[in-house]
Amino acid sequence: MDARALAALAANPGCRRRALLDGAGVDKGALAQALGAPANFGQSQFAHQRGNSFEARVKADGGADLVRLLHERLRDGSEPPGPGSVATPDLTAPGPQGRTARTALALREATEAGRWALLDHPMVSLDVAGSPAFLEPDAVVVHPDGSWTVVEIKSFPMVDGSADPAKVGAAARQSAVYTLALERVASMIGEPGQGGGAAKNGGAAKNGGAAENGGAAETASASVGPAAPAARADSAPVRARVRHQVLLVCPKDFSNLPTAELVDVRKQLAVTRRQLDRLTRIEEIAAALPEGTTFDLRLTDDGRVPTRPMEELTAAVDSVDAAYAPECLSTCELAAHCRTRSRAAGQVEALGRGVRGELGGLTTVDAVLTAAMNGPADKAPTGDPAVDALRRAAALRAEALAARPEAVACR
Amino acid sequence: MSLITTLARMEAVREGRAQPLTTVRHRHLSERPLAFVPLTTAGEAGAPLGALVGTDRDAPRLLIVAQPRDRDLRFAFLAELAEEIQPYLDSYGDEVELEERKETDPETGKKVPVQVELCQDAPQLLVPSAAGVAFVRLLGRSMRFRRTAEQDPETPFPAPARVPLLGRWLTHYGERARVPGSCLLLSLTELLSRHWATGQSNLEDQHLGSLLAWIDPPAGVPGAEAALRAESERDEAGQLRCPPAGPSTDPAFDNKLLAPAMSRYDAARAEAAQGVAGGAARLRLAEAELRGLVESQLRPTWDALWHGVDLLRALPEGTRVADRWKRDRWSYTGHRDRVRAGEPPQPKLDDAVTAAQKLAARETAQAQLDAHEALDDPLVMAGRRLAGEAFAGEVIDVEMAWSDAKVPRPRPLVTIRTEDRPHLAERVKLHRVTADGRAQSGEFAGLADLDDAADLDGAADVDGTADVDGADGSGEGGSGEGGSGEAGGADVVGDPGDTDGPGHALVVRLTGGMGRGKQPEPGTVPEKGDRVCWTLFEHAPRGGPELPDPESTPWTHGGPPDAAAPAQGPQPDPMTEEDYL
Repeated sequence: MDARALAALAANPGCRRRALLDGAGVDKGALAQALGAPANFGQSQFAHQRGNSFEARVKADGGADLVRLLHERLRDGSEPPGPGSVATPDLTAPGPQGRTARTALALREATEAGRWALLDHPMVSLDVAGSPAFLEPDAVVVHPDGSWTVVEIKSFPMVDGSADPAKVGAAARQSAVYTLALERVASMIGEPGQGGGAAKNGGAAKNGGAAENGGAAETASASVGPAAPAARADSAPVRARVRHQVLLVCPKDFSNLPTAELVDVRKQLAVTRRQLDRLTRIEEIAAALPEGTTFDLRLTDDGRVPTRPMEELTAAVDSVDAAYAPECLSTCELAAHCRTRSRAAGQVEALGRGVRGELGGLTTVDAVLTAAMNGPADKAPTGDPAVDALRRAAALRAEALAARPEAVACR
Repeated sequence: MSLITTLARMEAVREGRAQPLTTVRHRHLSERPLAFVPLTTAGEAGAPLGALVGTDRDAPRLLIVAQPRDRDLRFAFLAELAEEIQPYLDSYGDEVELEERKETDPETGKKVPVQVELCQDAPQLLVPSAAGVAFVRLLGRSMRFRRTAEQDPETPFPAPARVPLLGRWLTHYGERARVPGSCLLLSLTELLSRHWATGQSNLEDQHLGSLLAWIDPPAGVPGAEAALRAESERDEAGQLRCPPAGPSTDPAFDNKLLAPAMSRYDAARAEAAQGVAGGAARLRLAEAELRGLVESQLRPTWDALWHGVDLLRALPEGTRVADRWKRDRWSYTGHRDRVRAGEPPQPKLDDAVTAAQKLAARETAQAQLDAHEALDDPLVMAGRRLAGEAFAGEVIDVEMAWSDAKVPRPRPLVTIRTEDRPHLAERVKLHRVTADGRAQSGEFAGLADLDDAADLDGAADVDGTADVDGADGSGEGGSGEGGSGEAGGADVVGDPGDTDGPGHALVVRLTGGMGRGKQPEPGTVPEKGDRVCWTLFEHAPRGGPELPDPESTPWTHGGPPDAAAPAQGPQPDPMTEEDYL
């Protein structure tokens, strides 16, 4: 699961289906294909190439350009990094666990060295609903003062200093996930004697969870790397901290030259942290499943064709509740399937999340239409404000439509 | 989304086709609009891949960039685009009428009427979707600072003539599109979803094919099914049958068809450049193949766009649409004048005063649009009535009264029976349009007891309502519901005590629109039995106070613009040897 998926999951924390499938590592794309509702996802190779070549260009020169960009944006009056002053530790290691450990080690060393360092494609982990997810930020810069900045390199343009807000928002949410994961590393580095343990991935940070999560003590153990400032306060000297401003690097205007802006992700960070805490533990969801539920597609030997009957698969998927909203369409591979089911059930959310607001206890299209159309002749109020408002709306709409000069229907 | 729109969407779900949200068309549609369906290269800003453009639906002009990373090919595309669009934009510039406008005389400081030109009609650009509008803005931004060889012989990569000019026009159109209700640049998805409610969400309505499938589904196919097909049906080769309305392409198309064709093109081009035998022929072939591919993605959207135009043209135009179109004509004329006067291109960022002016203008335009739409369309007005911003009903009593001024003015009291529940408080200003189209103002004077008011039919005299002038709002203090009239600033009509009847009676004191005399002019006061509709919102909302000239921008807002700024406008974007990634 990558940070984008994680951010999307956090955007819809009520969806048990997604939490379970993601937590269990099910390939949702293949599942959607087998269910007959493939997602319209995919990346154009042009966009892919461009993204890669832009990133390579930004990081060329040993990251000196990137650190210079960051330093310019900081505007803190400090010395600009001189030539050859940026360390680029080697992060290669076998397996995600190994890379995570290597990253933590490199971060500790760079922090203690007190100089600029660029970590190219580090790996950090985050506990999601009780199971670890490995994340790979584009880069992390360690400042001479020991603080860390997440760098996100995107290939959408920044024209005249502003970029598409939707894309910037997505990048900020994604970066917030990295920041969250890094805070966990920082908190462990900050504790003397535990530094070695920090390098071993998987040791969940349980300290200070309650303080960070506003008293959500029961979820603290499932929570993901809290920064735990309280814990850090008593363990001096601590210098490692994650800056809450990430550096977004984009092409400038219509050129291929990089430009950058600092983006404050405190809000996204708070939202992501809260949403991830709210994620129902996967074990709890799994425990509620009927015995023997599996999402195995029973692929043929060549691994291409699923042989599992669609009805069986559909039943398995339907055994976990989904919380479908149209926003899912752009973030979840399974959304087309969930949409079909949601529409078949006549759920009002299929028309948009905001629709529920005015409908009170009415949750299906049929219920709404029945309530609106079948009012008593005397127009007596029902006492349910939602139903009364609907009836008035229906009456007003009917009156206006009846008064049309000529019936100009859809055709 | 308002409740009445939600309800319409649900009706659409039940009926399996879109339901009307309006009874008239609220946007101007030109007799001869220019349709522009652009495609862009994925991930590359301002690198167009192709476009269909033209005013003739049967003969669009296809423009493509065979290799979007090649600056020369891109410039050639922009030059062709300018060749197609610029004459259309210019063709409206010379048919003018004279309008009288008040302008401040620089010498005397007085406002004096002057005759100014106003173009009789303005060119209108149609794009398929909101993303298309954004792309027009982006194109405009990428083109308007380019320099032609004529402007600057030193420029390293001179742009073809007309390209900077078209950039300025596209910028103007893109900027105007942000003004609510403006019609110079319109997207079909926005137009259609203003007039119809589909059985899907707003997000899904952004897909032009799927939106049209709801509004005009093929015979015998429910809208939801047709929309799903439009959205995701693929042919045997895995390509979408109804490609997205752009400007971005479907990734499957990019990866399976476009990328191989482009490599073939590049190879053939290299061969042709090296003079390999048959290279030139292969290059022509490869280019023709690319043209075919790009057209296959554009043509369905082109046809869908015109299909949408047909659907919209079938709706009668709202009465006030022409008023708003006149503002668009002013906007077009104003830009024509700026171009003719040789002013530099629009700046990259607005100064404080211009930005504030734009925002204020948009706010005013929004208020005006809301009022106009409601007045033009009973269905839109129904939404306002539901929201408590208007009420309609039958006049059940009219009583003449006069103001206490030295020269008494007519202040008749009109009692209206309505089932609407407006958010009224004492002396709230009300507005309506009289039968002959004139504006009339009034104020809420209180509640009348419905039983008594009904009795008035037979009663010889009115005793209670005459007191309405006084502090006692309802006049009928003795009745069971009279207490609600005392509620003062509260939501009088929303009082639960009123809800059990089949409606209630509101008293409105007319305060204007009755002529100058002591007696109201005939026809200006509604009569018993008339249907009237009062609104709580103004019909011709005005903007806020005037803003200072840019030259006197206070230092808090950045001060006056830099006098040393180059007259030619901002420097062009720096050009690198290669500008692709």
